[in-house]
Parts: sequence; structure tokens; C-alpha cells
Amino acid sequence: MRESFPGAEAVVEVRSIVRRFGKIVAVDDVSFEIFPGEIFGILGPNGSGKTTTIRILCGLLQPTSGTASVAGIDVLKDPDAVKSRIGYMSQAFGLYRDLSIEENLRFYAGVYGLERSWRERVAWAIRTMHIGGQPNQLAGTLSGGTKQRLALACALLHSPPVVFLDEPTAGVDPAARRLFWTIIRGLADQGTTMIVTTHYMDEAEKFDRLAFLSRGKLKAVGTPAEVKSGFGAGKSLEDIFIAMQEREGV
Amino acid sequence: MTTHRLRSMIWKEFIQMRRDRATLAMMLGIPIIQLLAFGFAIRMDVRHLPMAVYDESRTQESRELVQKLQATDNFDVTRHVNSYAEATRLIDRGSVRAAIVIPADYARHLKRGRPTSAQLLVDASDPNTSQNAIAAAQLVGQRKNIEVLTALSRSPLRTETPPVEIRVRPLYNPALKSSIFIVPGIIGLILSVTMVIITSMSVVREREQGTLEQLIVTPITRGEIMIGKIAPYVLVGYVQLTAVLTLGHLIFHMPIRGSLLVVYAVTFLFITANLGLGLFISTLARTQAQSMQGSYFFFLPNVLLSGFMFPREGMPHIAREIGLLFPLTYYLQILRGVVLKGANFLDVLPQTGMLLLLALLFFGFSVKRFQKRLG
Repeated sequence: MRESFPGAEAVVEVRSIVRRFGKIVAVDDVSFEIFPGEIFGILGPNGSGKTTTIRILCGLLQPTSGTASVAGIDVLKDPDAVKSRIGYMSQAFGLYRDLSIEENLRFYAGVYGLERSWRERVAWAIRTMHIGGQPNQLAGTLSGGTKQRLALACALLHSPPVVFLDEPTAGVDPAARRLFWTIIRGLADQGTTMIVTTHYMDEAEKFDRLAFLSRGKLKAVGTPAEVKSGFGAGKSLEDIFIAMQEREGV
Repeated sequence: MTTHRLRSMIWKEFIQMRRDRATLAMMLGIPIIQLLAFGFAIRMDVRHLPMAVYDESRTQESRELVQKLQATDNFDVTRHVNSYAEATRLIDRGSVRAAIVIPADYARHLKRGRPTSAQLLVDASDPNTSQNAIAAAQLVGQRKNIEVLTALSRSPLRTETPPVEIRVRPLYNPALKSSIFIVPGIIGLILSVTMVIITSMSVVREREQGTLEQLIVTPITRGEIMIGKIAPYVLVGYVQLTAVLTLGHLIFHMPIRGSLLVVYAVTFLFITANLGLGLFISTLARTQAQSMQGSYFFFLPNVLLSGFMFPREGMPHIAREIGLLFPLTYYLQILRGVVLKGANFLDVLPQTGMLLLLALLFFGFSVKRFQKRLG
């Protein structure tokens, strides 16, 4: 487990962002910083504002107020430029089921503008992500774990400094989950910042730091140990999570 | 917009098109099947139409006329009847497909060199059949004229008008539509199906399967996604157009009288207008099933009101007005005009202008909606 990164230059900076949908406040005055090479968790029950926060950081949604920057780019001013500096892996499998492993990779290499280097990057992705089997196998016929790693591979082809993973381990068997976390840790060690949402509380211990969201509000931010001690000693994150949900009446 | 990203999108779209064998077979097979089905159904059994004879004249001359008609191989005399009403009744029931009515004074007029006429009733509900039969019958009449006129020219009895006339009375389909008439209709119909149904389904599939969500977080722009998705179908449309034109020309001897350049150029407007409709449906539908339903909602009035099935001239006012909203209405007029009648670009300028207007309207509106829905 890494230490936090005091003094380092933040790669993601969120300052007082608010997002309203009509009368509903989905994200309510949230601020945090993420440092290069961190595995940063965004935790919270459904409807807590996790997805809205990520969509704002990916440049898909404008905040009602506040500022945010990702990899040195102001998300509000230049949402399109953000997209070539980040990788994104959606919760549901978002690749083409009727394309093969290699065709999916090649397509995303093209979309990310890798012109000559795509062969090397595709080979790198297949190796790093442990995507065995046939490169000609259709993506739709892969197992859940392999699909997930292929999706991550596509999000990493252009070597983005920041990668967003939305509920990446939902519906994946334990062995594949362990392999996935090993890969994530390896990438983070090489300097890629990984931002992961989850509601699996047992995974929270794998984060370097995490932000706890509930009903759009930031409840806590820090290392897992810091967050735990902030809510009272001896409690697991899972206890805190459930207690928070009950208190809010969600 | 970079060409590299766009090229990747088109490349991917072609692979998916190739993998989806059922849709591919539908896009390429249906134009051919429809053409053959419509064309042959109309063309079959052209010769040896069963014919009734109502001979009031009962002379050597009248028997000779019947025999000459039979000798063309277009008619087989199967019945002799004793009244006009009986002849039409037999045609009504389908027992015979034609009837020749020879008036009582036929031989008398003929001998004196006075004009006379026999009437040929033809069941024209099957236009191609009847057209051939009519042509054959008229030829018989003309030959007889020449024969009579030649004979008369040596006699003092001169005549100004052709003595024998076979007056044809087509029943049921006086406009005499033929199978070549159906070919432009099939082109328009097939292009509509492909552009509206298949394009909208292909766009909706991206949303339904979650691939769009992954795509919009990449640097690819909305314009690139949209053009990349529809460009392959424009090509499919042109393949379909070419296939139907070629087969129509080779198998059904459809003449191509006008400029193919005009046809191909105007087709682009038609395709664009229909792509606009397809995109519009894709912005309304969440699932492929919904998009299919949406397409059918558009499809039936398109077929019924555009003039593909029924002549627009015979429609009630309101139906005719609604038909003006469909690109197919104008496209059919252009195709029929250019391909069948040899109209030039100026002749079809008004329809082309309307097509351009609809294309701009539909496509522009749908692109706006499509882009909004993406985010």
C-alpha cells in the first residue's frame, strides 16, 4: 500500500463542483485532489453522485458551478481535449461483440489516433492484459474477466495519464478480479492514475486513497485508514458504509 | 474531424456489416428477389391467351380475322359466344382473357371498301400480358388494311381511311402499367427500406449495446460517429440501385432512355433524405425493436401514398397532400421520367428541388437531434 502524496502536483483537481438536474442536486460542493500514480476510489451507494462526478471529469457533463481539471486540462473550458488524455471503461461491456479481440483493439487505436504505432500497442495490450486465446475470437464470446481486461486494454492504448474505471469488477469471478487488481496496481506503479468507482466494500482496502460520497456530498476523503479513523475506531469500511446509508435513509 | 478516426469508424462498420449475414443477405438479396417477383409475376404467360369469339358477321371474312389473330400465337379461341354481355361475363370470371367482337356488317363494309371495325376486349389487369396481345391484334388489323388497300388501289373504289380497325378496349387497367414501370418503384422502395430501417437499427444498436457510451468518451467527434455509421450505407444504396437497374434492363428489357448520371446524382439526395428519416427514428427509439416499429409506421404510408402502388392522380385530396411529404413521391417521378421516358435534368428540376428541400430539412433536423441525444 502506498502513502499519500503530499506536496506532489495533483493530476486531477476538483474544486467545489455542483451539478443540478432540475431541483435535484446530484453533486453538491465536492472538492478533492488526485495525485499521479494513485489508485483513487470513489465510493458510495447508488445515487450518491459517483457517476455524475466521473461524467463531469470525462468532459461529458458540464458542472453547474465549480472547476475541475484533469491531466492539466480545464474540463469546463475544453471538454473535448480531456478525452484524448483519459481512458474510460464503462460499467457495462462497451466494446463490439461482433468484432474480434484484435479488431476491437485496432478500432480503438484508430479512434485514439494511433496511426503507425497501433500494431505495437495492440501487441502490448494483449500481453499486459493477459488476453490469451485467439486474437480472432469475437469479443462477445469471451468470459467476463477477459471482456473486462479487453475493455481496459482499449482504454489504455493511447497511454493516457488518467484512467476512469466505472464499477470495473461487477459480475466478474474472484480469480479474474484478483488478476484485474494486480494489473491495475502494476499500471499505477508505472505512473498511470487510476480512478475507480465501486460499491464492493472489500475492494476499498485496495485503494491508495478514496472519496466517500453520499447523496451528492463528500463525506470523507483520504487513505482507507484515515477514512476509517475519521468515522470512529474499530469499524470496517463496510460498517461505515451501511451506517451511512441507514442514517440517510437511503 | 480527422480522416484517420473517420476511416476507423467506416472500417469497423464494414466489418460489422459483413458479420451480420442476415442483414447483408437482406440488403443485397431483397432488391433482386423483389425485382424478380414483381417482374415475373406480371410477365408470365404472355402468349396463348384464352379468347372468346362473338362473331355477328358469320362470314368468310370474319372467320379469316379470327384465324389471323390465332395465328399470332397470342390468342387461343376457347369459346364462341352469342352476345356481348356473355363475352364480358367470361372475362369477368376469368374464363377467358380476351374476346373479339365482330359486328354483323363487318364483311359487307369490307367488301365495299368502307371503314369497319372489330372490337377486342382485353383483361388488362395484368398489364404486360395485355400489352403484347393488344400489339399483336393491332398488327393483324394493319396487315389486313394493307391487304385491302392494295386490292382496292387497283379498283376504281378509292378510300381515304383504313378500312379495318381493331378497336382495343382494355378492361380494369386502362393506364396499362407494365413491369418496366415497376422497376423504378422497386429501386425507390428498396433504398427507403435500407436507409430508414437498417440505418436506424444500426445506430440504435450502438446505444442499446452500450458501445456508444464507450465511444463518446474517446476523442472521436459526433460528426465522425454519424458520418462513419451512415457512409457505408450510402455505398450499399448505390450497389442496390445498380443491381436493380442492371437486372431490370437485362431481364425485363427496361429501357434506360435518360441520363444515368442524373439518376445517380439525384439518388444521392434521395438517400440523404431517407438517412435523415432513419436518424430521426434512431433518436426516438431506445431499442432495435422500437426502431423497427417506428420504421414501419413511416413505411406503409410511404408505399401507399407515394405512387408506388396506386396512381396519385386517383387519390383523395388529403392523401395526395400527405404524399407530398415523402421523398419517394418525387424520386419515383424522377426515376420514371428519366429512365423510362428519357426526361432530362431540366424536366425533373421541380422534383429534384423538392427532394433537395426534404433532404436538407430531414437530415439537418435529425443531425441536430442525434447530436443532442448522444451526450
